[in-house]
Amino acid sequence: MTRVRINGVEEEVAVMTVAELLVARGVDPAARFLAIAVNGIVVRRSEWPSRPLSPGDDVEIVRPFSGG
Amino acid sequence: MTDPLLIAGTSLLSRIFVGTAGYPSQQMLLDCLEASGAEIVTVSIRRISLEGYAESLVDLLGGRYRLLPNTAGCATVRDAVLTAELAREALNTEWLKLELIGDRETLYPDVEQLVRAAEELVRSGFTVLPYCNEDPVTCQKLADVGCAAVMPLGSLIGSGMGIANPAAIELICSRSPVPVVLDAGIGTASDAALAMELGCDAVLVNTAIAKSHDPLRMAGAMRAGVEGGRLARLAGRIPKRRFAEPSSPQLGLVGT
Repeated sequence: MTRVRINGVEEEVAVMTVAELLVARGVDPAARFLAIAVNGIVVRRSEWPSRPLSPGDDVEIVRPFSGG
Repeated sequence: MTDPLLIAGTSLLSRIFVGTAGYPSQQMLLDCLEASGAEIVTVSIRRISLEGYAESLVDLLGGRYRLLPNTAGCATVRDAVLTAELAREALNTEWLKLELIGDRETLYPDVEQLVRAAEELVRSGFTVLPYCNEDPVTCQKLADVGCAAVMPLGSLIGSGMGIANPAAIELICSRSPVPVVLDAGIGTASDAALAMELGCDAVLVNTAIAKSHDPLRMAGAMRAGVEGGRLARLAGRIPKRRFAEPSSPQLGLVGT
């Protein structure tokens, strides 16, 4: 298990990569308009399957929302 | 007569930008965007809900609009820059409405951080449209660091107080080397018309439409207000006088 922070919440996860994290959380990695950053750096979509998660990583998973 | 607005090399026929927040329903949002004639619509970037992921608002907008993501709510350069980079990745656009808020209650921009973030984002290839104070010096600094437009506030975000300082807005418009988009404070169509008459190149409206009693009608009113104000600006208003100037001929009056 790896302890990471996902959208501001600390969690133990049993996954190895960013793409696996999405699947484990019920998010389709093929869904359009998603963006992810790890430790303040954007991880491009093409890198999701290979980007490993390390203990203490701070993951932001975002999408467009209504706004002014 | 076409009267395009040019921002960063992109030609726009509509001079109203519309925000997508706070409508009574998604269908009403879509109808209002259509009625407003907007080409540019703003969106925010937010964390997804990990409990139930739904398709994005962007799917709903169906590629009909140019999306302008914002950094609403960001209070530090670091958060604004990361939000901008996430927006670029999510939406595949370099365009950004940069917001850097210095005070939660008034949502006034933090000017010092705003200019720093704008400079950094321009260097990273963004087309930056900053929400800023209605201050000619700030607007000049933002243009100097390479912003594609400036978006001074008319009054506080969501307040509907209109243009609190028309003289400042007019001054900014007369000096700005980049397009001026009046952002925030518009409450009704006459505010939008006034912005255009003062020399603004466009306006950004959200709450005044979304929270109107009849949003669809207000979207049409805003469109008409912007078009009327723009035409009046191009035509040129007459000077104000202190006394009456008769419009009917003074010769041949009955009884003289």
